[in-house]
Amino acid sequence: MPWNFDNSIPIYLQIIQEMKRRIIRKELTPGERLASVRDLAKEAGVNPNTMQKALSELEVEGLLETERTTGRFVTSDQKLIASLREAYLKERLQPFLSELQSLGLSEEELMTLIRSQYKEAEK
Amino acid sequence: MTQSIIEFQNLSKTFGKTKAVDNLSLSIAPGKIIGLLGPNGSGKSTLFKLINGLLEPTKGQVLIEGQAPSMESKKIISYLPERTYLNDWMKIRDILNFFHDFYEDFDLVKAQEMLRVLGLDERHPLKTLSKGNKEKVQLILVMSRKAKIYLLDEPIGGVDPAARDFILETILSNYQEDATMIISTHLISDIEKVFDEVILLQNGSVYDYDSVDSIREKTGKSVDELFREVFKC
Repeated sequence: MPWNFDNSIPIYLQIIQEMKRRIIRKELTPGERLASVRDLAKEAGVNPNTMQKALSELEVEGLLETERTTGRFVTSDQKLIASLREAYLKERLQPFLSELQSLGLSEEELMTLIRSQYKEAEK
Repeated sequence: MTQSIIEFQNLSKTFGKTKAVDNLSLSIAPGKIIGLLGPNGSGKSTLFKLINGLLEPTKGQVLIEGQAPSMESKKIISYLPERTYLNDWMKIRDILNFFHDFYEDFDLVKAQEMLRVLGLDERHPLKTLSKGNKEKVQLILVMSRKAKIYLLDEPIGGVDPAARDFILETILSNYQEDATMIISTHLISDIEKVFDEVILLQNGSVYDYDSVDSIREKTGKSVDELFREVFKC
């Protein structure tokens, strides 16, 4: 999968975001062993130190775990992944909601709109 | 704080009346990939030559692991100059053997493997290769040494974007964690995500020396955008 980076944001933050997305989408499954820092850095085309920094931050958050001899794994903690997912969705929803609220949309209108759009999409 | 691998102390180099490097002081910690960036004539190649001992400082000094450049420092520095010094009539195989004889740390098998991946035939003389392929051969030679310091002067200047990706990949996959690599380039946006830190040179002095991510944090811009802004003509 290609890694696309935005130019104005620190690269390690973008790597963290991308890894989180992969965990949420289950492209990285709970308990899965990660490739080595070097291989991941090569895949993403980034500096190995930058990749290392991003992975360390994810470890601090508990999303990745290191076992000294066998490598680095995605957490098996389903609760943690669920709360990551929730936080991620909220973060995504927030700017969208503020935008619509600023256009004067009420909650009811918004819900109606979403439902009808959903039906459209299903067709 | 780790000991610096390269240190510049009040370094100046003048050519006639031109100050190519102007009272530059900087110390570089080991284990990093560093971008040396600056407009034409800002002193990048001169700095490389000073590190290599190919030029003598007019004032101040360069220290490699605490010592002035010497035969010993050349053993630990793998240098890709901006212009080729290889003889055109030599076959790739001859050049490989030349490097193998010359440098104790040259890994012949690794170089052959990289050439094979690129589909370059060792029996071909250098002069029959395209400009891009010549540059790739030179990069392979330089990256096949197990050096402590790699100095790459414009490694991606003459090659197409696909070859650029190959070169970046070669750099990333052959880079040892404890090695230090300094890469000068104009094509910043292609390569900035590979750097730990960048040195921005202006008129032979340091305009800024910082990590790529902290530049992005502090300015909200990529190094490429910052460069265009600072060195606007």
